[in-house]
Amino acid sequence: MNSALLLNYSTFGYLFASFIYVAAFLFKSNKAGLGGTFFTALTFIAQTVALGLRWQESYQIGIGHAPLTNMYESLVFFSWTIAGFYLFLEFKFKNRTIGAFALPFAFAAMAFAESGWVSQEINPLIPALQSNWLIAHVVTCFVGYAAFAVACGLGIMYLIKDFSGQKDKGLMATLPSLRTLDEINHKTMIFGFLWLTAGIITGAIWANSAWGTYWSWDPKETWSLITWFFYAAILHARFTRGWQGAVVAWLAIGGFLCVIFTYYGVNFLLSGLHSYGGG
Amino acid sequence: MIKKKNSIWMFFASVKLALFVLFVLAAASIIGTIVPQDATPQHYQQFYGSILDGIGMYSPQATAVITKISYLLSFDDMYRSWWFNGLLGLLSLNLIVCSIERLPDVWRLVVMDNHQTKIGRLQGMRNKLELASTEPAAQTAATVQPLLKSMGWATSQSTKPEGILLFSQKTPWTRLGVYVVHLSILVIFAGAAVGFYYGHKGGINLPETLSSDKVYKYGSGDEIDLGFTIKCNWFQMTRYPTGAPKEYQSELVIIDNNKEVLTKVIEVNDPLTYKGWTFYQSSFESHKKYIISVANKTTDVHERFLAPLRDAVRWKNENLLFAIKELIPTKIPMTYQYKLMVADGKGGQQLLILDDNMQGTFTRDDGNVYVFQVKEFFSTGLQAAKDPGVWLVYLGCGLMLVGLGVAFFMSHRRLWLLISEKDGKTSILIAGTANKNKPGFEREFAKINDTLTQHQSIEVQ
Repeated sequence: MNSALLLNYSTFGYLFASFIYVAAFLFKSNKAGLGGTFFTALTFIAQTVALGLRWQESYQIGIGHAPLTNMYESLVFFSWTIAGFYLFLEFKFKNRTIGAFALPFAFAAMAFAESGWVSQEINPLIPALQSNWLIAHVVTCFVGYAAFAVACGLGIMYLIKDFSGQKDKGLMATLPSLRTLDEINHKTMIFGFLWLTAGIITGAIWANSAWGTYWSWDPKETWSLITWFFYAAILHARFTRGWQGAVVAWLAIGGFLCVIFTYYGVNFLLSGLHSYGGG
Repeated sequence: MIKKKNSIWMFFASVKLALFVLFVLAAASIIGTIVPQDATPQHYQQFYGSILDGIGMYSPQATAVITKISYLLSFDDMYRSWWFNGLLGLLSLNLIVCSIERLPDVWRLVVMDNHQTKIGRLQGMRNKLELASTEPAAQTAATVQPLLKSMGWATSQSTKPEGILLFSQKTPWTRLGVYVVHLSILVIFAGAAVGFYYGHKGGINLPETLSSDKVYKYGSGDEIDLGFTIKCNWFQMTRYPTGAPKEYQSELVIIDNNKEVLTKVIEVNDPLTYKGWTFYQSSFESHKKYIISVANKTTDVHERFLAPLRDAVRWKNENLLFAIKELIPTKIPMTYQYKLMVADGKGGQQLLILDDNMQGTFTRDDGNVYVFQVKEFFSTGLQAAKDPGVWLVYLGCGLMLVGLGVAFFMSHRRLWLLISEKDGKTSILIAGTANKNKPGFEREFAKINDTLTQHQSIEVQ
């Protein structure tokens, strides 16, 4: 068994789990939803093992480092955090319909990682990345990103329910109430915001210990700050001006677009200190 | 309390202003990531020209006008521009005024005497329940107090015309969390300002074996005196088997008052700090020359020579002649072995194949043994920074995380119990509020109900 094979399985695992969640939602079958949970948890475990194996494999080829250092590894980790965060949410709020909107993100990240567009090689660490801050920085950022991905899914759920004519009948009745969706979405964004903040801070401390500058307006830094501004604005609008419901649902989707650009767009469209993330 | 609600004051205290500033800052930052920063005028001409071309509107005049506007608005140096920093200043002002405006009311909520709460208000609270007790009021109070305390609600007691009032609260100070976050942003800005006015950023290219007591400011190239001397003993670059760089290292020595006070091998992510200055490994430069170190093992005399490829070098005192004839590629890309020819001036000569930085010996006919060592001659590129504001920035970051944690995940919860007697019956009115996480408080409130009603003397009314 090696990590590449297990990660391949994980891609299909999340695809399958997404299908089950969507089917369970469409056919209003709670039993099928249980299957979704089972496959998500199973895939999550397999992926955890795969991450561990990849870590170990990097040591076997003599360049040992945590599997968090290039685009492929970050996509795998992104998918892993989304699935992990979703499972936590399902456990906390006891609702499986969210899976139909959250798990596809975990699958999409894996599918992109395995698409052949990004190199799957384990690369030796360039000197700039050889730091204990690497793990702290990547983990904090991606927990935040994962929460924002799930918030985007929750925003989509909210809007679907809101736009459907009959909110409390038929298919839509199985979704949580609009109030609950809004509440979970808000909590998820708060959670993501805290981790994004921690991610920016760990990045700043790392930059200072590597280059003597904690902030250099590098495009990645700047875009993470733009994302931070965006969510800070959403939270303020809610706390002090009472924004909620559909507006916040749209903003959750907009915020996630910022995240995607910070994570992915910057590497390809703009150049800067994080260029190794493109490999 | 009467406050002067001056409209300018209220404008600077408003969340509207905060949202507006955040929006403009975000927009300006986006422009700053798209427009190249600190480029040449020709570059901007080209940049705007290609954009205009892309939308089919290219003309030299339009390009010139847009380039001019871009310079006027400092798009070429966005983050140092007066208006970008003005916006940061406006955000700070907004934070300060908003906090001054709101803090007194919040502070009152934190320190207020909740025994003064009007009894009528308890009736109107969302979390409310009424229980009955078989014991008289004083006895009932004595019964419920330890029960509440076991759940973390230590109560204080007062006597009201309506009966006995018990009050308890959890974490009232968490109401200040959001102001800690606001403060943290100001602390970070203060740290950045201290760094800007009192800090130095510079760099130096230090050739191996040489030293300097100055560094050169970025951009202007102005000299900055260190007040001590820094020397580079050696620089070394190692590679992975693939040829990718594995580590850049420099051995640095600090010489202060003519004494060597500190020696450290620095690498990327592991700098050297002395007297507020930190030296970072940032780059290197090859001089296409080689350092040849030779030692006479017999007499222990040694000497170092600098030579380009294929140039013969003479060590006069020892009458030795040597030259690097060729670089031989090794299995690792971009690393070489040295083919060193050594001659003793009397016809004896030998070819040494030396790995980088490895020793090889040459024995002369007269019995003298020489040890040779060759390495490429580098300058190490050091980044030097002195930033007395960093600790403030870190303090601000810490405050921000703590503040956010408190503001988001902790709430001020208050609990009142009014124990009253009427017609020989004792009733308990329990009311509570939480300023955040109301569903969580509802669960906590239900638990209080469960715990109290489990007692034999208390029942649901």
